[in-house]
Amino acid sequence: MPENYSLNVNGKSCSVQAEGDTPLLYVLRNDLKLKGARYGCGVGQCGACTVIMDGKDIYSCDTPLWAAAGKSIVTIEGLGTREQPHALQQAFIDEQAVQCGYCITGIIMAAKTLLDRTVHPTDAEIDAALERHLCRCGTHNRIRRAIHRAAQALDASR
Amino acid sequence: MSATAEKPALPGSLNTNRSLDRWLRFEADATLGVRVGKVELGQGILTALAQIAADELDLRLDQVRIVTASTEASPNEGMTSGSRSVEESGEALRYACAEVRALALEAAAHRLGVSIEKLQLAEGVFHAGGKQASYWDLAAEIDLAREASGRVSPKQASDLALVGRSAARIDLPAKVFGEPSYVQDIDLPGMVHGRVVRPVNYAATLSSVDAEAVRALPGVIAVVRDGNFLGVVAEREEQAIRAQAALAKGCRWDAPRGLPGEAKIYDYLLGCPVETAVISDKRDADAKSRADVTLQATYRKPYIAHASIGPSCAVARYDGDRFEIWSHSQGIFPLRGDMVKCLRVPAERIVVHHTDGSGCYGHNGADDVALDAALLARAASPRPVKVQWMREEEFGWEPFGPAMVMKLSASLDRSGAVVDWNHDVWSNPHSNRSGRGAGSTLIAAPHLAAPVPVSPPVDMPLPAGASHRNAIPLYDFPSEHVARHLITDTPLRISALRALGGFANVFAIESMMDELAASCGADPVAFRLRHLKDPRACAVIERAAQMAGWKAGEKGDGTRGRGIGFCKYKNLGSYCAVIAEVVLEQGLRVVRAWAAVDVGRVVNPDGVVNQIEGGIVQATSWTLKEAVRFDTDFVTSRQWADYPILTFGEAPHVQVSLIDRPEEPSKGAGEGAQGPTGGAIANALFNAIGVRVRELPLTRERIATAIG
Ligand code: FES
Ligand code: FES
Repeated sequence: MPENYSLNVNGKSCSVQAEGDTPLLYVLRNDLKLKGARYGCGVGQCGACTVIMDGKDIYSCDTPLWAAAGKSIVTIEGLGTREQPHALQQAFIDEQAVQCGYCITGIIMAAKTLLDRTVHPTDAEIDAALERHLCRCGTHNRIRRAIHRAAQALDASR
Repeated sequence: MSATAEKPALPGSLNTNRSLDRWLRFEADATLGVRVGKVELGQGILTALAQIAADELDLRLDQVRIVTASTEASPNEGMTSGSRSVEESGEALRYACAEVRALALEAAAHRLGVSIEKLQLAEGVFHAGGKQASYWDLAAEIDLAREASGRVSPKQASDLALVGRSAARIDLPAKVFGEPSYVQDIDLPGMVHGRVVRPVNYAATLSSVDAEAVRALPGVIAVVRDGNFLGVVAEREEQAIRAQAALAKGCRWDAPRGLPGEAKIYDYLLGCPVETAVISDKRDADAKSRADVTLQATYRKPYIAHASIGPSCAVARYDGDRFEIWSHSQGIFPLRGDMVKCLRVPAERIVVHHTDGSGCYGHNGADDVALDAALLARAASPRPVKVQWMREEEFGWEPFGPAMVMKLSASLDRSGAVVDWNHDVWSNPHSNRSGRGAGSTLIAAPHLAAPVPVSPPVDMPLPAGASHRNAIPLYDFPSEHVARHLITDTPLRISALRALGGFANVFAIESMMDELAASCGADPVAFRLRHLKDPRACAVIERAAQMAGWKAGEKGDGTRGRGIGFCKYKNLGSYCAVIAEVVLEQGLRVVRAWAAVDVGRVVNPDGVVNQIEGGIVQATSWTLKEAVRFDTDFVTSRQWADYPILTFGEAPHVQVSLIDRPEEPSKGAGEGAQGPTGGAIANALFNAIGVRVRELPLTRERIATAIG
């Protein structure tokens, strides 16, 4: 039976009515109209749906709504805006680290938690953090460069 | 002779879309609206086309607005495929814009009362002696509803300000900020969610289905059965998915097992009837008689999936009269052609709008899902329906890049020169796109109660070719024989995948070149240069060797090695040479790659580099890891876990160098690097451990078997 769940998404509280086992991904995309987390596989194998929950990058496709209730969720829309881009978003633009871009929002969210833990990650640390993110376009080289660039910008602004 | 046939040929797609206003419009918001029939696939084409238009008309890039392609308003440019967009759309735009600029100059001279020579044009504004008028002021006096003459020459390369310089992709910020960008993100008022229940294999027919139980599920709006086509529509997405699963459970299929199974696939294909065509036959008995050493080898490439990260998706709305469809198709006009047959309504009542999708790398499920959505929209009318394929549907039903077998033999004389070359390639056709033939190629077409016959796949003719793409070596051999054996029996659904047969043919040619070089103790770089006359070909090979610091005769150390691969894409497109460095660990890993590329006149250098980097990483994935799995029943690789692709830890570091040739026509870059990459990796493996693996992918097991 559908129930009411309270969520905190990008710093705002909201409530949605849905079955508790509805994947968070569909709630974000369809109820909250946040399209930045994307469906790629629905079973935790590609990373396209990645968002941050209580500081950790998670797959929203295999996180049920009940498990997200009461947690603090950040999606790409909460990271930065065109007017005030997050360092990662700016770096991805500066490095043109996108081909089709379908994987990119999930990758940026994972990179965000990496940079939260590691100020200047090595290539190997970036690769490890993104091990479960697939990019079919082969944008890997630019993505690594963009993350290094963002790390530098964040460090400089500290 | 028809009237059009007598008209002069115009450049690129202008030839078939001859009116200037089909392409260009000065919009009320002081931008230039550019309508093109080519679509963004993540390759950055719209940015390159905007650069071309802005340059010819002296506009800033942000004054140009590319209008999303739609069958209502865009020029019909067929497919966005084969790396031809810069040639077709770009050429049309160059000439159309040059002509509009000339018309505007006349109008401005008239308006400002000065001669044309006195006018200065900057950022869309004409200036003369303190007076000014913009394109938009003059728009009413510039008649664009006229046929292009093709007689106004575009600017010289040296006068271009934007073309040739890197431009930031115009579509990229939206994608980085997570704004709705893809067809998957469309959200129309009242929109509901559809899912399809496919037959359990290609040949299955529905013997019974329990639709009633599904209709009673929460949120379900409709259960659709049309012959063997089955689908559900529900209010919420998760409800549609649940209904899909329930419906699938309640189906009984009559499902004969009709596939050969992956273990027997090459034997099966080689046993099929073929249509053989000899595509190159150069005879020089004298040269042949000098043969000293002859090598023979068979190379194999399995079925490969497009494997887009975002499964195919479409939105459709039916108002009782007209269908409106949003699709990430590579060809909205050909798709509409198939829709006409399957929906049985005239073309005027179907509009297809293009919306970006996840990268497709060829013909994936985009067109198929558009028909699915239209069929379900009929049941939910007037509410729009979004159909999102699940991951396992994409992997199961997308058309794959065909499996291929290449048998090569070649002879060297005592001096180490190739005196004879033979290449036989066995393959299915490589295109199953819509818009052709009497029937349709869409998945649901033959499943309908009134089935639409399936149009057989086709193989595009030479010189570009398809299964035989790049089968004729660019190397200069005195005696050569190349034959294509086309297999029309297609056990798995197949269609165009990036580079088509060019990937496997170049992998085979470049492997054989390496085998020949090794057999006579020649350096692989020098050996290639020795057999090439084309200076542009030599230039990319030399540049790649220089970038990599290649040392003549360099040998691997038993785990690490380097190899080279080269091709001129389609034998008419871009030139590309790749050097790969591999290391044999648990499996084979490509550590680095260096590529030198010549695409003629470069429109957006960073865009080209991005395409080449991506092409190399994707081809590394094909070469090391990828093969569609199937048994005698159906495709068994239905999730990423069964169809692994290259991960971050496995992606090589790539360095690309462009050789700009401003006076040569621009060629696409999207498909030039794949074949050379495959060859370079196999050759690097040999260089590392002295063992040759001729069947893709180059897995740990295959390498272990080859080591013996
Ligand atoms: S969609 Fe969530 S991991 Fe693939
Ligand atoms: S940019 Fe297309 S999948 Fe990563």
